[in-house]
Amino acid sequence: MKFPEDLLYTESHEWVRDEGTQVTIGLTDYAQSQLKDIVYVELPEIGAVFKKGDSIGVVESVKTVADLFSPITGKVVDTNFALKDHPQFVNEDPYGKGWILKMEASDREEFKTLLSAKSYQGLLSEES
Amino acid sequence: MVGKKRETGLIQDEPLIFEQGGKGRKGYSLPRWDVEEVEAKSLIPPSLLREDLEGFPQVSEVDVIRHFTRLSQWNYGVDSGVYPLGSCTMKYNPKINEEIARAEGFANIHPYTPEPLTQGVLKLMYDLGLYLSEITGMDQVSLQPAAGAHGELTGMLMIKKCLEGRGERRTKVLVPDTAHGTNCSTSTIASFQMIGIRSNEKGVIPPEQVAQKMDEEVAAIMVTNPNTLGLFEEHLKEISEIVHQKGGFVYCDGANLNALMGIVKLGDLGVDVVHINLHKTFSTPHGGGGPGSGPVAIKKELAPYLPIPVIEKDGETYRLNENRPHSIGKVRAYYGNFGVLIKAYAYLITMGPEGLKKVSEMAVLNANYLMKRLKGYYHLPYERTCMHECVFTDHFQEKYHVSTLDIAKRLIDYGYHPPTIYFPLVVKGALMIEPTETESKESLDQFIETMITIAQEAEENPDLLRMAPQKVKVRRLDEVLAARRPKLRWRPSASPSLHGGEE
Amino acid sequence: MRYFTRYIPHTEEDVKEMLDTIGVGKLEDLFKVIPEKDRLSSLLHLPPPLSERDLIEHLRYLQSPVYTCFLGAGAYYHFIPAVVPHLISRSEFYTAYTPYQPEISQGTLQAIFEYQTLMCQLTGMEVSNASMYDGASSLAEAVLMASRITKKRKVLLSEAIHPEYRQVIQTYLDPDREPIILIPYEKEGGRTDEEILLSRLDEEVSAVVVQNPNFFGVIEDLPKLIERVHQAGSLVIVGFSEAIAYGILAPPGSMGADIVAGEGQSLGIPLSYGGPYLGIFATRERFVRNMPGRLVGETVDLEGQRGFVLTLATREQHIRRERATSNICTNEGLCALMATIFLSCLGKEGLKELAVMNLSKAEYAKKIASRIHGCKLNFNAPTFNEFVLKIEGEPERILEQMREEKILGGLSLKRFYPELSQHLLVTVTEMVKKEEIDRWAEILAKSIA
Repeated sequence: MKFPEDLLYTESHEWVRDEGTQVTIGLTDYAQSQLKDIVYVELPEIGAVFKKGDSIGVVESVKTVADLFSPITGKVVDTNFALKDHPQFVNEDPYGKGWILKMEASDREEFKTLLSAKSYQGLLSEES
Repeated sequence: MVGKKRETGLIQDEPLIFEQGGKGRKGYSLPRWDVEEVEAKSLIPPSLLREDLEGFPQVSEVDVIRHFTRLSQWNYGVDSGVYPLGSCTMKYNPKINEEIARAEGFANIHPYTPEPLTQGVLKLMYDLGLYLSEITGMDQVSLQPAAGAHGELTGMLMIKKCLEGRGERRTKVLVPDTAHGTNCSTSTIASFQMIGIRSNEKGVIPPEQVAQKMDEEVAAIMVTNPNTLGLFEEHLKEISEIVHQKGGFVYCDGANLNALMGIVKLGDLGVDVVHINLHKTFSTPHGGGGPGSGPVAIKKELAPYLPIPVIEKDGETYRLNENRPHSIGKVRAYYGNFGVLIKAYAYLITMGPEGLKKVSEMAVLNANYLMKRLKGYYHLPYERTCMHECVFTDHFQEKYHVSTLDIAKRLIDYGYHPPTIYFPLVVKGALMIEPTETESKESLDQFIETMITIAQEAEENPDLLRMAPQKVKVRRLDEVLAARRPKLRWRPSASPSLHGGEE
Repeated sequence: MRYFTRYIPHTEEDVKEMLDTIGVGKLEDLFKVIPEKDRLSSLLHLPPPLSERDLIEHLRYLQSPVYTCFLGAGAYYHFIPAVVPHLISRSEFYTAYTPYQPEISQGTLQAIFEYQTLMCQLTGMEVSNASMYDGASSLAEAVLMASRITKKRKVLLSEAIHPEYRQVIQTYLDPDREPIILIPYEKEGGRTDEEILLSRLDEEVSAVVVQNPNFFGVIEDLPKLIERVHQAGSLVIVGFSEAIAYGILAPPGSMGADIVAGEGQSLGIPLSYGGPYLGIFATRERFVRNMPGRLVGETVDLEGQRGFVLTLATREQHIRRERATSNICTNEGLCALMATIFLSCLGKEGLKELAVMNLSKAEYAKKIASRIHGCKLNFNAPTFNEFVLKIEGEPERILEQMREEKILGGLSLKRFYPELSQHLLVTVTEMVKKEEIDRWAEILAKSIA
């Protein structure tokens, strides 16, 4: 299982890549392994505004549904349309091709509440 | 598109009805033409007429008979063997009830036939309502809902309207973690917010939690009794008192009523509304997905809100009363799934009070017998006397990398329909088994032997489970493909790709 | 333990053996968890059990007489080929459960796939579900679905929709959240008043709902109307109660409808005093994830063989729970199978011919009726197999006289439309013979005079 060091993580298994003006968000390797084959990703509208913790999308496998929670407060500026025809990218390459959306953060202070790769891994071993 | 042809004697391959037949083949016989045939376009503007029924089948009667007969042979029903689906009560469907429902004087009666001509039919429905009230310990019944979930919606809308009548607008509903999915989705449709209740380590709802979460914002608690773990909710009376004290209602999902008839009345335990699944407890057939019927029984406080029309008895006359100003309205057109109601009625009056009690006693006996004999081979999360169903898990088989799914699929190879799997959600890898009272000791023993054999196979030859089923029409199906590339209908085009074309 | 029934196999020995295995002394011990004071001490007050023969007698006595039927209004007396009851009586179909275990339910699953296809072909839509409870609740669910899609709340409902369907929509909608606006029908034509409808369209309207043919049997003029509604940004839901009409009428899908939700009882399902019936629900592919009800999809198995499974189940209650597209679980599966078999028998030519026969029989009745003094056709727009007559006389009294001749002559509309107090809705299907129509007209003429 992979946990890239350059990313930040949430307790609800999202990852965040800080790109300066915007962030890219996706689901962690752990999350995709739990969901198994992903069949559909419900993406938010571009331009939609969310608060940290809001549900911003839904990821479906055959027999489960999981919410995607916004790790930050901000506005959606891009979504990964490729996931419409290739939802399996989230399974195959969760940190690369399987990225889900990009947001503009409105409060960078919030980043301090996100977890480092090490803390996230620690959380996972606690849970199991 | 078809691979190796799978035919083994009685299991014949059979294409879609659209993929056979031929131009001009007919399978019907219409009544004689005794009036002049009009040309549609002489009466109706051509822009409102269709050109063709494109793609419709053109087959002979023999084609139709063979087609559906072959399809039926790929299926498994209660008449085929043990069907131990938990929470579904797959009991035997009496044949005389089928015959009675087909009688002309029931099957060919239009719902708007005037009341003087439908007194017998109205009496049947009225009496059925009385009997269902008696069995559940409630005051009145509506036979309108077409299924259990429909009954839930009806019940919750009545509760809502009653509260509004009191000038209250409560927004929450308490739902335990063992609830059927329909309880949750019904709450949403009725515009309530769901608040979860956690079952305790004994598998039942703890009254302390209800006391904690109950307030004047909560309209009702939705319980199932016995619950989906097959356990009797032993604190229900106390819980009802807690809810009633703060002005709320107790809704009971009656899907598991098969355990309680003649033993205890839900109305005596504080339940205000309960829906009954006639296609479960009252032996009407499941039909491959329906039709069912979900009458809802209530305490008299909710009577003004019953859907219309209400069947009333005035002396010796029965009538349909629509003049009920506080009713929630209608939840379907006409009066109910009458064709299903007849069967439940016939079942009820065949069994009588002693028979119904015996139904519940034997249902509970069968489930406990199964539980005792399978214990040790499969993990039992709650070691207590169960009611009409019991829940095991795949915990013992985990070490062989065999899951509940594999166990279920292997049962198919042995000629059984699997139990309910992965429900209730509170139990990981749940295997919910409900034998029902119509299974004899021998058929139970055979089923038990098979389950024990499968447990041994899990240990000695787990591939047999993981590759199962191997002996029926199809092997395990690719549900991921079906969800990623939904193909929900046949189309006459022919592209050669695996998923787009037909052979 | 003295009581035996043929449905419960247990003998006294069986029970004793099983109790021993379990490790309890008597049956009551299994119910110990229920406090004694709550347990019933006497038998339920129910009538004593009947033998099979007595049961048949008892139920024969409760049956209704079958009269010549000129009643429609959402439930239609059509001919059902013997093939239909024969095939659905195969116990592998009717004693089976919902096909959650696809490997041993391919019969049910393939039949539903065929049903879904037929419903798409019939309605001209792209995807159909595996059935809803009936036309009324199907239409109500369509309105809820339109709200989910558009995120808007207002609904425009034609008054020419079956009054019971409108009542059901009312019950399903939360009046605080979704205002319903009724659009009247044209007094002359009998169609939904298009002008008024278009005038009530605004950006808050989620959907416009019409029925075709409508409750009066009148064929609505939909193509232009649908275009105008779409231009205004709302969805169009088309309902129907007489499915046979689509043997000749242009399907709503070809005219641009977004959701079609109607009643399939005419397709091989008996009248049965109002149920069980068949809710048909079809829509566009792009809305499929918002659709209620079960869906069967095609796929392949491990060896590449075609097979069918329930799919897109994440919309449904057992997975999505409180965020499901509906709470529906049990639907009308066997009724959908009846419709599939019925349509397979009739096929392309048969459904068309059946529709033309209905139209022709109704036309004959219309012609004769309009010649009767004191009786006239109320609406001038084209109709299918139902029409409204205005009578100079008391409709109730006339219907009573018809009943004396074992004829159910029509439906008095007063109870649904107070302004149509002298009007009768008359339905003529292929089941009514010419001489029966003649007799009906004779009595009608005599009663009015």
